[in-house]
Amino acid sequence: MARPLPLQDDGARTAAARADDAPGGFVPRVRHVPPAQRVAAAARLVTAVAVGLVMMFPLYWMVTLAFSPNADVFSRELHIWPSSWSLDNFRTVFGSFPTATWFGNSVVITAFVTVLTVTVNLLAGYAFAKLDFRGKGAIFLLVLSTMMIPVQVLMVAQFRLVTQLGIYGTFWAVILPSAASAFGIFLARQFIIAIPDELIEAAKVDGAGTLRIFLQIVLPLCKPLIAVLVLLTVMYQWNDFAWPLIALKDSELFTLPIGLLYLRGQYGADYGAIMALALVSITPIVIMFLAFQKYFVQGLARSGIR
Amino acid sequence: MGLANYQRLVADPTFWQSALNTAVFTLLTVPLSLALGLGLAVLMNSVLPGRRLFRTLIYLPMVISGVATALMGVLLFDEATGIVNKLLREGGLAAIPWQSQGSAAFTSIILVTLWIRVGFNMVIYLAALQGISPELYEAARLEGAGPWQQFRYLTVPLVGPSTFFLLIMDVIYSFQVFDTIFVMTGGGPGRSTSVLVTYAYENGFVTRDQSYAAAIGIVIFLLTLLFTAIQWRGNRSRDTAG
Repeated sequence: MARPLPLQDDGARTAAARADDAPGGFVPRVRHVPPAQRVAAAARLVTAVAVGLVMMFPLYWMVTLAFSPNADVFSRELHIWPSSWSLDNFRTVFGSFPTATWFGNSVVITAFVTVLTVTVNLLAGYAFAKLDFRGKGAIFLLVLSTMMIPVQVLMVAQFRLVTQLGIYGTFWAVILPSAASAFGIFLARQFIIAIPDELIEAAKVDGAGTLRIFLQIVLPLCKPLIAVLVLLTVMYQWNDFAWPLIALKDSELFTLPIGLLYLRGQYGADYGAIMALALVSITPIVIMFLAFQKYFVQGLARSGIR
Repeated sequence: MGLANYQRLVADPTFWQSALNTAVFTLLTVPLSLALGLGLAVLMNSVLPGRRLFRTLIYLPMVISGVATALMGVLLFDEATGIVNKLLREGGLAAIPWQSQGSAAFTSIILVTLWIRVGFNMVIYLAALQGISPELYEAARLEGAGPWQQFRYLTVPLVGPSTFFLLIMDVIYSFQVFDTIFVMTGGGPGRSTSVLVTYAYENGFVTRDQSYAAAIGIVIFLLTLLFTAIQWRGNRSRDTAG
């Protein structure tokens, strides 16, 4: 029975693929376009442009303020465009705050979490999909049910746990709890279960053990899955706020979102500096999103994590 | 230990205020996210020049961190220096007290939430729309159905499963909203934008009454579970009835 690989059969993938393969949505060449249809097409375009402007404006405004001299930020007059371009805010952010350190912390934590989470996701997904052990169904349900539990419900218990482990205030306090991602395990299991059992049986006949089957048969087939898991984990961890806010106390160890909040606490209404740091903090993820939009959309479409 | 924390909850006006705010926030953001998401999905699924660019613009806010988006909200809605009030004054209108008045602060949070959230709703609806056979619309057109009738009697029912999925996702998201409110208003002014999660955080990590915070956490969890169960049953009975 040929079961379709879930990620390839997903509606969102088709959505993304069709959107990207379609010739930019240009009007097909029809000889006679009735005026009513032309009006409708124009109305659609105007609406889309208006929506695009509304969606873009906060980002545009962030960039503008980040590059504006302070006089513009604090003036009561309207400046839609900076009166002059200035790097002062970036000098403040990098000169008076450990921004480079925060950036490095975010990179290190995100890298560790991503490697750890994706590894656990794949191993657990493989076990739930292809191995037989007692209580498999019940354990899988238990894992799934943790998706329903909000982080905020767990934060007190998790805080006590990392305190008792003696890792409170260290990177490990942020990294270790993040490795348990029920959603990633679910995604991996759904993907791996579609790999034909015959492949695995054949490898067993050839004398391959479980680990070898995993590494040499299953993993090479999981590239699209790994791409989605990596992108979503990176995005989630890079942006994560509530838990690192609780788990880290030393400002030298902050990640960028916590640093942003700290900067705001110190500088109050200096929006120029705040927006400069905000811009620094979102740039890597925005670039990643633009480069891998297809995978992002596909992954998000089947997730609901944000 | 025991039920003392829950007895305290029942008598705590801030808890009730936060619960009410959470409910109002959810009741406003969820239908608006769904409606805007579906509307934009229909628009972005239609013949439109530059469709890919518009889609990207709508997706973009959802990959940006909650803190950064909330700070953009702070910047836009600052009473004194924010661009929204500057534009209002420029247009000869009265500035809105986004920070000093409860309902205005609440509105600003809802607007920022919609900005973040609409992209996700659109992704899901877009996937659903592209699974609908064009022949159905062809047939409807031949029967003389106008665009609104096609939308109302074809599109809306056909994306039903996605609406169900999004309803659960959006309700969970709204119930658990934290970053946006914590950064934009911190629950203020007064308690007017305090929600269950920010109140739980405040108890657990500001006033350090962690068992009380855990009790609020349990309430959030039970409400999430209850809602999902109701939705699940409602959806199943509708399916069997239809």
